[in-house]
Amino acid sequence: MRLSRLAGAATVIAALGFVAGAASAGETLDAVKKKGFVQCGVNGGGLPGFATVDDQGNWSGFDVDFCRAVAAAVFGDKNAVKFTPLSAKERFTALQSGEIDVLIRNTTWTLTRDTALGLDFVGVNFYDGQGFMVPKSLGVKSALELDGASVCVQTGTTTERNLADYFRANNMSYEPVVFENANELIAAFQAGRCDVFTTDRSGLYAERTRFENPDDWVILPEVISKEPLGPVVRHGDNEWGDVVRWVYYATLEAEEYGVTSENVDDLRQNSKNPTVRRLLGVEDEFGKFLGIPQDWAYQVIKQVGNYGEIFERNLGQSTPLKIDRGINDLWTRGGLQYAMPFR
Amino acid sequence: MAVVTRPRLRPRARLSLNDPRVRAVLAQLVVLALVLAGAAYLIHNTLLNLERLGVASGFGFLWTTAGFDISQTLIPYDRTYTYGRAFLVGLLNTFYVSIFGIVFATIIGFIIGIARLSSNWLVAKVAAAYIEIIRNVPLLLQLIVWYFVVLGGLPTARNSITLGEGVFLNVRGLFVPKPIFLDGFEWVVVALAVAVIAVILLARWARRRFEQTGQPFPTFRVGLAILLLLPLAAYFLAGSPLEFQYPRHTKFRVTGGLVMLPEFMAMVAGLSIYTAAFIAEIVRAGIEAIPRGQWEAASALGLSRAQTLRLVVVPQALRVIIPPQTSQYLNLTKNSSLGVAIGYPDFFNVAGTINNQTGQAVEVIAITMAVYLSLSLAISAFMNWYNRRMALVER
Repeated sequence: MRLSRLAGAATVIAALGFVAGAASAGETLDAVKKKGFVQCGVNGGGLPGFATVDDQGNWSGFDVDFCRAVAAAVFGDKNAVKFTPLSAKERFTALQSGEIDVLIRNTTWTLTRDTALGLDFVGVNFYDGQGFMVPKSLGVKSALELDGASVCVQTGTTTERNLADYFRANNMSYEPVVFENANELIAAFQAGRCDVFTTDRSGLYAERTRFENPDDWVILPEVISKEPLGPVVRHGDNEWGDVVRWVYYATLEAEEYGVTSENVDDLRQNSKNPTVRRLLGVEDEFGKFLGIPQDWAYQVIKQVGNYGEIFERNLGQSTPLKIDRGINDLWTRGGLQYAMPFR
Repeated sequence: MAVVTRPRLRPRARLSLNDPRVRAVLAQLVVLALVLAGAAYLIHNTLLNLERLGVASGFGFLWTTAGFDISQTLIPYDRTYTYGRAFLVGLLNTFYVSIFGIVFATIIGFIIGIARLSSNWLVAKVAAAYIEIIRNVPLLLQLIVWYFVVLGGLPTARNSITLGEGVFLNVRGLFVPKPIFLDGFEWVVVALAVAVIAVILLARWARRRFEQTGQPFPTFRVGLAILLLLPLAAYFLAGSPLEFQYPRHTKFRVTGGLVMLPEFMAMVAGLSIYTAAFIAEIVRAGIEAIPRGQWEAASALGLSRAQTLRLVVVPQALRVIIPPQTSQYLNLTKNSSLGVAIGYPDFFNVAGTINNQTGQAVEVIAITMAVYLSLSLAISAFMNWYNRRMALVER
């Protein structure tokens, strides 16, 4: 493990050293088209609802569906995608070094990551916040009662720092137990090594579904941070960033205008609504502007679905996670999800 | 700038390409220049690319506030300290676990290695089984097993096992009273120093006397008495300048006192048991390298088996044992970086957090590699010194 990590580090240094001028404008899109698939970085530890792999090697989840949507837009085939499972620590170097084309791995948009790491966030496909989970038997009702607790936390995340800030701001002490891998962390937490497990609330819900008795654990009401999660591309590669961004917007616009994977064929033929006609490529030349096929948004919706469908399929009430749309609802229903206009 | 040249006293030998020594030096210079140029090219290109990608670089981040906590700190540290300090805390944690690991691995390894050679069939086979099983299972797996054995075997914080006054054992670790040194304790330290010097002098005197007259002296027992009694006397004369801060139960855990984390216990157990299997084989090889005649000669002189081992065999075997032993110590120290898997805050774990927070992977990895390299070289240097001391002195 240590060896492979060192090898990884060496690869990064070598890649940074040798590949001069790898990421100039438009190159990723050209390179993706040339190799015939999208290399997408996803959660390697397996996060139920966001990215998991079954025993047949099939990936599924919310983040995975956005990877597939990008593939559907570029190639008209949602399966023209390869997944690179990444740990929290590896993800940015994998993107910086060009190992992956796009990172969709419940990654929080922060100023440091957007600037000092040479990355660009294209949007927020899931608004999240950090929370705490404790065993019910602890009898704690609020995070403010956690003074002196020991806290299991994963390294390579914004969580680690929010945790420190929150306890400091509230003048409480704590003992951090920092793990590299989510699986060992969960096992240690269940063994009682820590009182508290902290990560993004979506992650808490997701992990809890894997616990033996999910009802024995409670998620505290406090949301201690803003965690806007979204796809990430390399800085300066604007054409590619545009493609990923507008694929995400297309799923939102489709939901807003009632276009689903079921009625998309019908609407493409018969819709009179100019927005829907533009979205589905019947009018205007959005595909040309983006440098991808004219029917890109149609393929995305036909093969993967609109935002609401992706959400319900992976995270919604029909899944064990049962996450409410909440602030991830469309702006028309009081949420924060808002697509820029397709004009 | 004017350069004052001294008048040449001797005519210098003519340098000629026909001289093989000159050619050899030249060839080496060319190779060196090529290697340096290659390194410079890589470094230059890396910096250029980092700049082009808009990735921040430089070591300035070492002096900015870290903002995260570490569960085990041997020196004062909290989130208001700098990244540089956090690195240091991680480094000391690596030292700490490595030193414990090396000591236990050596003890267990010697015992198993000697047991393997035992004439008792059962003991020899148990030792052989230990070596074969432990050596052939990946260390990472063993660490994870140990960690969950430790966690699973211990009770929750509320149901701590109490081992004597102020000593608690639970899933959060082993809690013991923390000594607080009051005024006057320095006299105890002085007494201890005096005792150490006295014992060294005593040992020298005893050896000289033994070599001259053949009279043995119970150095060990007398030395131990001096080491214990002198500081103890100073302690009582200075008026018992020592207090203990006892750990106590609070809502979530036991606080105060000194704590040994379960991660640390699992690391020491895993590292020392794993490395001991290799050391055992080295010890066995070392002992088997001693000719049979040495054993026979010792027993002809009337030495017991234990005396033979201690006085005749082991001192000679050490010469065979020490060089490969050094590699095992190096391995153990480097393997301590696996602590990241079970939440032990060693150097590599802390470096990972710093890497994540600053995003400066190249610098953090460079520092990490430099630290492990210097650590390994330091251990090598120490073991080489010890090896020279133990080497055969021809008289």
